[in-house]
Amino acid sequence: MKILVCISHVPDTTSKIAFTDNNTKFDTSGVQFVIGPYDDYALARAVELKASHGASVTVLNVGEASTEPTIRKALAIGADEAIRVNAFPSDSHFVASQIAEVAKQGSYDLILMGRESIDFNGGMVHGMVAEMLGMPSVSPVMRLDIEGDLAKMSREIEGGHEEVEVKLPFVAGCQEPIAEWKIPNMRGIMSARTKPLNVLEPVEVGEFSVVENYELPPAKGEVRMVDADNVEELVRLLKEEAKVL
Amino acid sequence: MEMTDKKRAIKGGEFLIRETEAKEVFIPEEWTEEQKMIANTCDEFIEHEVHPVVEELDSHKNPDLMPQLMDKAGELGLLGTSVPEQFGGFGMDFNTSMLVSEATGGGHSFAVAISAHTGIGTLPILYYGNEEQKAKYLPKLATGEWKAAYCLTEPDSGSDANAAKTKAELTEDGKHYLINGQKMWITNGGFAEVFIVFARIEDDKYLTAFIVEKGFGGITMNEEEQKMGIKGSSTRQIFFNDCKVPVENMLSERQNGFKIAVNILNIGRIKLGAAAVGASKKTLQRATTYANERKQFGTSISSFGAIKYKIAEMTTKLFATESALYRAGQNIDDAYDALIAGGMDEAKAKLKAAEEFAIECAILKVHGSETLDYVVDEGVQIYGGMGFSAEAPMERAYRDARINRIFEGTNEINRMLMIDMLLKRAMKGQLDVMKPAMAVAKELTSIPDFGAAEDTSLFAQEKKVLKNLKKSGLMIAGAAAQRLMTRLKDEQEILMNLADMLIEVYVAESTLLRVEKLVGVKGEEACATHIDMARIYLYHAVDKINSVGKEAIYAFAQGDEERMLLMGLKRFTKVNPFNLKEARRRVADLVIAENQYPF
Repeated sequence: MKILVCISHVPDTTSKIAFTDNNTKFDTSGVQFVIGPYDDYALARAVELKASHGASVTVLNVGEASTEPTIRKALAIGADEAIRVNAFPSDSHFVASQIAEVAKQGSYDLILMGRESIDFNGGMVHGMVAEMLGMPSVSPVMRLDIEGDLAKMSREIEGGHEEVEVKLPFVAGCQEPIAEWKIPNMRGIMSARTKPLNVLEPVEVGEFSVVENYELPPAKGEVRMVDADNVEELVRLLKEEAKVL
Repeated sequence: MEMTDKKRAIKGGEFLIRETEAKEVFIPEEWTEEQKMIANTCDEFIEHEVHPVVEELDSHKNPDLMPQLMDKAGELGLLGTSVPEQFGGFGMDFNTSMLVSEATGGGHSFAVAISAHTGIGTLPILYYGNEEQKAKYLPKLATGEWKAAYCLTEPDSGSDANAAKTKAELTEDGKHYLINGQKMWITNGGFAEVFIVFARIEDDKYLTAFIVEKGFGGITMNEEEQKMGIKGSSTRQIFFNDCKVPVENMLSERQNGFKIAVNILNIGRIKLGAAAVGASKKTLQRATTYANERKQFGTSISSFGAIKYKIAEMTTKLFATESALYRAGQNIDDAYDALIAGGMDEAKAKLKAAEEFAIECAILKVHGSETLDYVVDEGVQIYGGMGFSAEAPMERAYRDARINRIFEGTNEINRMLMIDMLLKRAMKGQLDVMKPAMAVAKELTSIPDFGAAEDTSLFAQEKKVLKNLKKSGLMIAGAAAQRLMTRLKDEQEILMNLADMLIEVYVAESTLLRVEKLVGVKGEEACATHIDMARIYLYHAVDKINSVGKEAIYAFAQGDEERMLLMGLKRFTKVNPFNLKEARRRVADLVIAENQYPF
């Protein structure tokens, strides 16, 4: 069984968000980057499947050379080899196209990734990749088991869960609690440096999106506390001052 | 023995008489990706596994919790960083193992448990065990299958460790030693399977060390000690009643125990400095976050100068300790490499390298623990009322920090030790302190150097100040030694003064060298805040040296000599005015904006 895990390289959730170049670029100075938290769960499940089913795990990132520490961490967590497509991940379609290209070459049985990256939160890549490869796509997957050539999954839907079965190969967008989150151990860290990290050049893809500018959300206004018993006052304020009713 | 020029040049304690170049020191900005990843693993472990249960650990309601956490740390490989690969560990270099100590140092009681196990618990076997002992114990200690404790202290022998009364008596058949006695403050005592026990055979002058397994029998213990801090760490009083230890479990040779205790402590001390840096970073980060969130008079309290002062001071002291810590750590690694290249075996080389830098180890123990105490104290202050409340994290940080000035040799013992070692090395001719001290004495009677052409390169002024601080130290130590001679060792107050001078010189120099090296890589503009910190720390050092120097002079000198020494001290601690307030504000503003320790 061959598993491809696609990881994003995203700012840590505690990062301070700022922009440069006339608010058209994210300011990366002083920002700590991590593996996308949802992708981290996908990777953790792949490593578990490797242990239980003897799979091989390839980790894939579309990014510039600065993402390599993040990729090494994925290798330390337990992936066997890594591929970096040497390009700035400009939008979902671009990234999905690069992933699809790599996937075509590797004939993977499972293509796993997070339900969305936590930088731009598009949540579209898994669907696009599946479409480009003509495979089924399931998201957000919270449980994933493999039995023969069948994947049995549990997916979150509004108000409940949906049990899904698909034949391999397929694409899944993952989220917790699909696997136990993993901290890389010393042995993994020390073996990560000797695992292969192949760099591929991107395929040409048309640009479908342009960033005009970024804006930070407006600062939160002052909070007015209304006594819990005083519902009438609350309604009055919502009607007359906030004018939302 | 062949060594490279650079490595041959650096000896322990030599910083006082030798000018070190920036390119010679290791700086934390040089950590490799792999080392950063190791630190990150420790951070994540502390954050996700330890912090959520600190409360429970401290309550002792579940005595299995600490050993379970140790097991998890063992699975990640955190217990085997110093153990060679052939014994199931990872054989990492000394500075990397210090980074692990730092990164686990914010783990409150757990930090103490892991450091006792991997340090004083494991290292005696690693460095003094024979092949059989290493093969039997190290793999289990490296994975955490067995946990270790170190039994040296007794009710009547703490700082005076060799006064221990525990006895080891050979059985008639010559196959066992029967150990009898009482040990106290034994960290990990409640769950350890292996104890390193120090006992006296017959009327030997020095103690002998033994590896004792819990299963040998004859071991009983009191309930957990009720402590001020690190409540979650297991601390027991242990009784040995005819504990039957096979003769092959003697560690090293008879009467070698005291030496083992002393040498292992060198390593323990500097690693305590590393753990203190880790705890300080965690505390600073929390205090800064709180200062940013807490609003009074309609604004975040981090916008007030009084709070900025605290944040800047906490950051600067921490940065300074960190600079000295890894400079010394790299010196130990380099000395080790040189000894190995000279044909020494690994264990001996590790010990010898740490022993060479024993003065620096003691400095880091003292400075690290005192920086941490400063940081937690101001942490409580920044939290205000909430700092005093057990609901917020500062109360625990404050209590947990306090032990660091006591264990691994009290800070008083360490201060006396560093001066004692320095003087002994000078006597033996290992460190040529006499020549520079005499040069300083001569300089005192000559016309002061008002400085020829003004050197405007970065830190030219600061380096001159640093040189003068070294002169102050040499002048006062030299005069004290000459006047008091053998009585100096009984004048502990003066020894404390001299130790403070030594500490400040080392830490201020390390900070300057780190920043100078970094500026060489990144340029002055990118290092503006670093430069501020190096200056702030240096000015601290000047004040401290001036104040303790005066105390020392008042204490032992009189008449003309006193006047001359005071005049010399005044000359050697002279600095140009520097707006510390503005520099601190710049440091604080960066920390506040980044909401963490940003270096």
